[in-house]
Amino acid sequence: MAEATANGLGQHPLHAGHAHDAPATGVAQAEVHQEHPIKLYLVVWAWLFILSTCSYLVDYFGLQGYLRWSLILIFMILKAGLIVAVFMHMAWERLALAYAIILPPILVLVFVAMMLFEADYTLLTRMTFFGAGP
Amino acid sequence: MAETTVTHTGQMGPRPTGWHGIAADWASDQRAFKNVSWGKAMMWIFLLSDTFIFGCFLLSYMTARISTRVPWPNPSEVFALRIGGQEIPLILIAIMTFVLISSSGTMAMAVNFGYRRDRRKTAILMLLTAALGATFVGMQAFEWTKLITEGVRPWGNPWGAAQFGSCFFMITGFHGTHVTIGVIFLIIVARKVWRGDYDTGRPGFFTSRKGRYENVEIMGLYWHFVDLVWVFIFAFFYLW
Repeated sequence: MAEATANGLGQHPLHAGHAHDAPATGVAQAEVHQEHPIKLYLVVWAWLFILSTCSYLVDYFGLQGYLRWSLILIFMILKAGLIVAVFMHMAWERLALAYAIILPPILVLVFVAMMLFEADYTLLTRMTFFGAGP
Repeated sequence: MAETTVTHTGQMGPRPTGWHGIAADWASDQRAFKNVSWGKAMMWIFLLSDTFIFGCFLLSYMTARISTRVPWPNPSEVFALRIGGQEIPLILIAIMTFVLISSSGTMAMAVNFGYRRDRRKTAILMLLTAALGATFVGMQAFEWTKLITEGVRPWGNPWGAAQFGSCFFMITGFHGTHVTIGVIFLIIVARKVWRGDYDTGRPGFFTSRKGRYENVEIMGLYWHFVDLVWVFIFAFFYLW
């Protein structure tokens, strides 16, 4: 059966999900059940703990400026990626589903860019009319 | 009949992968998500819409924080706790993060044992997940109480920009609601697993349709999403 390993993670040593040969009940037969060794989840769990600790330490040590922001973003993206890819099994889904779900949220970045301009403009007008800070 | 349109990939040879796979899966009058049941596909699409809701909250928070002339309260100090006579920054939020991540871990294992038809382990792990989720909500209630007694309101606070309170209550409140709903559904699904509903094919009380162990995975998708949203809230609201 064609397996849901349409990307790089397909070469993972684990066996990807396999379909159960249920008797023909009219329901979709091609559905894939996700079965992976428990160890995989424990490893990801440990990594999530490590990454959370790292992002907490960024605040604990009081790092500031671009170093702080880039570290926060890196740890955030790594954590989000691990959760979506392994815990939510997106790594083993077909690309059609993965792209349908993951691309639209990325387009929110366009909205972010628009609101950055908008917010800067609002700040500028506020400074112009009310002065810098109370 | 709708079911007959389901493509059995095994009968048609292996389907193309990569970009060709996307085009082939979406093209022509056929089902786009080949090996995913409707329940799972619809949960993913619901989560996508929920992503936009939380995305808009975080966006409005970003806009409010950039556009205010008044300094933003320092979350590191606002959320500090005094433990043993020492101010530890953000410690409660860090513990909440670890609790939610642990609940995600137990949920992932519950899904796994569900597919192995291990009813006992699945139900216990799901109830453990629910307990961790309830702990999270409890700590959030503590955090809200602490901030409210310190004078944080949606229209102002003692430390700086007035928008801090409205953003905080809106974002964490909506997330906490999601966790609470998740806990309730975890308990419902755990009860069904424990009773063996998915083995005996007992009809559900709402849809009157037989459930399958896939329901545990669909429940898990929702739960991991709640954890996922927290990752973003933690980064943008508490750490930034």
